[in-house]
Amino acid sequence: MELIFDIGQQGRRCTRLPQQDAGEKLPGKRYLRARPAELPEVTEADLVRHFTNLSRQNFCVDTNFYPLGSCTMKYNPKFTEEIARLDGFAGLHPLLPQLRRGGLLTQGALEVLANMERLLCAITGMGAFTLQPAAGAHGELTGVMIIAAYHRAKKHKRRYVLVPDSAHGTNPASAAIAGYEIINIPSNERGTMSLEALREKMTEEVAAVMMTCPNTLGLFESEIDAIAKMAHAKDALLYYDGANLNAILGRCRPGDIGFDVVHLNLHKTFSTPHGGGGPGSGPVGVRKDLEKFLPISRVTQREDGTFALDYQKPDTIGYIAPFYGNFLVILKAYAYILLLGKEGLLATAEHAVLNANYILARLKEHFAPPCGNARCMHECVLSAAPFLDHGVNALDVAKYLIDQGVHPPTVYFPLIVKEALMIEPTETESKETLDRFIACMTRAAETARRDPQALKEAPRTTPVRRLDETKAAREMRCAYL
Amino acid sequence: MTPGERGRGYNMSDYIANTQRDTEEMLRAIGAKSIDDLFDVVAPAQTPKDFDVPPGRSEFEVMRHLRDLAAKNATNLTLFIGAGVYDHFIPAVVDHISGRSEFYTAYTPYQPECSQGTLQAIFEYQSAICRLTDMEIANASLYDGGTALYEAMMMARRITGRNRVLIDKAVSPIYRTIIYSYTRNLDIEFHEIPVQHGQTDRQALQEQLNDKTACAILQNPNFFGAIDDHADIVAQAHAHGVMAIASVYPVALGLLKTPGAMGFDIVTGEGQSLGLPLGFGGPYLGFMATKREFARKMPGRIVGQTSDIEGRTGYVLTLQAREQHIRREKATSNICSNEALCALRAVVFLSALGKEGFQELARQNYEKAEQTKRLLSQIKGVTVKQSSPTFNEFTVVLPRNPVEIVGRMIAKGFAAGFPLARYYPDMQNYMLVAVTEKRTKEEIAGYAQALEATLWS
Repeated sequence: MELIFDIGQQGRRCTRLPQQDAGEKLPGKRYLRARPAELPEVTEADLVRHFTNLSRQNFCVDTNFYPLGSCTMKYNPKFTEEIARLDGFAGLHPLLPQLRRGGLLTQGALEVLANMERLLCAITGMGAFTLQPAAGAHGELTGVMIIAAYHRAKKHKRRYVLVPDSAHGTNPASAAIAGYEIINIPSNERGTMSLEALREKMTEEVAAVMMTCPNTLGLFESEIDAIAKMAHAKDALLYYDGANLNAILGRCRPGDIGFDVVHLNLHKTFSTPHGGGGPGSGPVGVRKDLEKFLPISRVTQREDGTFALDYQKPDTIGYIAPFYGNFLVILKAYAYILLLGKEGLLATAEHAVLNANYILARLKEHFAPPCGNARCMHECVLSAAPFLDHGVNALDVAKYLIDQGVHPPTVYFPLIVKEALMIEPTETESKETLDRFIACMTRAAETARRDPQALKEAPRTTPVRRLDETKAAREMRCAYL
Repeated sequence: MTPGERGRGYNMSDYIANTQRDTEEMLRAIGAKSIDDLFDVVAPAQTPKDFDVPPGRSEFEVMRHLRDLAAKNATNLTLFIGAGVYDHFIPAVVDHISGRSEFYTAYTPYQPECSQGTLQAIFEYQSAICRLTDMEIANASLYDGGTALYEAMMMARRITGRNRVLIDKAVSPIYRTIIYSYTRNLDIEFHEIPVQHGQTDRQALQEQLNDKTACAILQNPNFFGAIDDHADIVAQAHAHGVMAIASVYPVALGLLKTPGAMGFDIVTGEGQSLGLPLGFGGPYLGFMATKREFARKMPGRIVGQTSDIEGRTGYVLTLQAREQHIRREKATSNICSNEALCALRAVVFLSALGKEGFQELARQNYEKAEQTKRLLSQIKGVTVKQSSPTFNEFTVVLPRNPVEIVGRMIAKGFAAGFPLARYYPDMQNYMLVAVTEKRTKEEIAGYAQALEATLWS
């Protein structure tokens, strides 16, 4: 499609500003821009048509099955969108609580934060939460900073963070940015963390072990008790990447099984929309004795029942965000949790796991699952490796699915599975949708053997077909100037 | 749970589609007796007996609860407070477009063929940011203005291989604290450049420039609202191989000299003022732009233009070799989720205002602040402190403690400003006042009257 900059004509306008008494003297010329920024000159109709047509070139949860593994693309309720638009929330300046008596002007917002912290503690079994991190990776960095503060307070000298080879890339990246060296721990033949390898690397120089549970193969780390014991014996902390919490909501709480620091992804588990890549929200929970390290501000409740913000925390890691997190996202997740309630949360995990196992059971004969696993949790990892002999890989299967109106699963991740296809159906999808998906995948498998070229040529139904990524990286045309 | 028990009371309206019959059929296909069977990897001792979440409620009840909470917040205040977050008008088209679920219920565009909508919109956003800042390449967004500035500092460290950082004290104190918090575990030497008459102390800065320094971080307009032409500082920094980083307020770029024209190497800023609601602090939008030569060291996602196998123009995520999902611990940043929908809002906002309208927006902000300045300076005992020009925010010195005055102004319906002593202890009676295009002549006059009355009655 044409770019917005190429639509329209000189002089066209969309939004009109109020009439204004002009005539103030402008600052000296050396302070002013030489030429106006070349922004679009379009009518409102042009503008709306352009972006509406662009939107129609997207697959999304509201139009397509979107079983993107690790991303928990469940249906996003609509009433929460309405809540986030209420003027009492959307129109609130974040610095009001810092003014004298200003806290009284934001009691409703502070109450949301306090209630949400309490709910997340209950759901995860942790002692305290901060809602400030803006995304999962931001939560990881915050969590690792808390771990660093813990070791600093104990005068420990720690250099390493241990990360399983099946981990999300953000885990090693977050730990490295916080100043640690990374040691990779291999998975065993069952697809879970190798205890032998862990034992070998677990020294008094280890700050933390970062785990995802269930892990990215969709498997529960059944030896988690032993892992926790091993880490804690060296006073290393156990970190929980909450990307896959949807699998165990109410069934198992990270805080009960030895995790010391966790982050959650509200945009995954608690159904706030992903927005084409964000905004997310990545709250961090800690064991009660680590609460003092949480970033400031902290929400507190006074004796008279009113809420306030506390900045007087000598052991805090400091500020990790300008204010209180992605508040309007937190708000949506809060409303979602209240609507579901305890039973709804339990049912969410149960049906997420049921749906994933159904797909695994129906597709395992075609797409060799790694580790020969018979069962999974909320997602299953399959492999397109059986089709390599026919010249067909995971990407070809993915592109074929697009033509069938299905958003592809996550491909080539986890890295330890050859030609990985990582499928997370979520609890909100119906059996009919799953059956249609299974039929598509089965057809893909048959086509791979019979007519591999057909897969190689997919997709054909999209506005553009396969794109030249090498050219994009070489030419680096990243702005239209 | 075994099928048939259907619930420890969960409701078929909990966004779950499986009926009892579906559940039974699926369990049969799996070869499991019950859903509990599927959880047998979780030991009974690992399962909580209970957890303290209340029973589910209907949409109506949850809405009522949230409306009640929203009503406990003050929405009828007239805002003269800014300090990095500004009360700007948002045209309805912004909500309309970002409210299209084709945009907001999509994920990161990893599969470009079925994500051209998001990809092209981000490409247009990146282009708009470059045009605003006069820079060559922008990323697809970071979390907010503060973390974006931290990322820029880390980027300069990577590029220069140096560990010394200069920060102007007129950079937002919130942003400075964020940078210090993130780097506590790293070996970085920070030097704060003092402020003189509300501006960067040029001589002090020059004395700190040397070939061990990675970057100098400045802000325009600075935290006190003062505007500056940093071209001379940038040139001096470059003479020592020091990178120049600017944090900017995008609305001001409708009027002010661009960071690109001043020669800055990395530009970041808070995009909240480009069509995002105040929202009690988020979600906001960190933007970042740089020169082409540094593109491969930039954090965050980047959309690039390319062509498909039939030669049609299309868009993809590019330069991914910098990113965590490929490079893991060697990535330029750990960022994964960003603020894509906020970036979409920003490009719709900028398109709605357009080339003419955006200049007018900036000019109105400037003019209304000037008019307010004049009215306030007529109040007995109030001095408008700046000698240098300002944009839409400025500092005043009050004859009484601003903390108390601001508290009393709230009762009169005004968020009167931000007392500076919280972050600058030597500025006890200073208050920061912001005026956007939304403030009417009547509101400004009413504000000045109320302030005078509060001070002197």
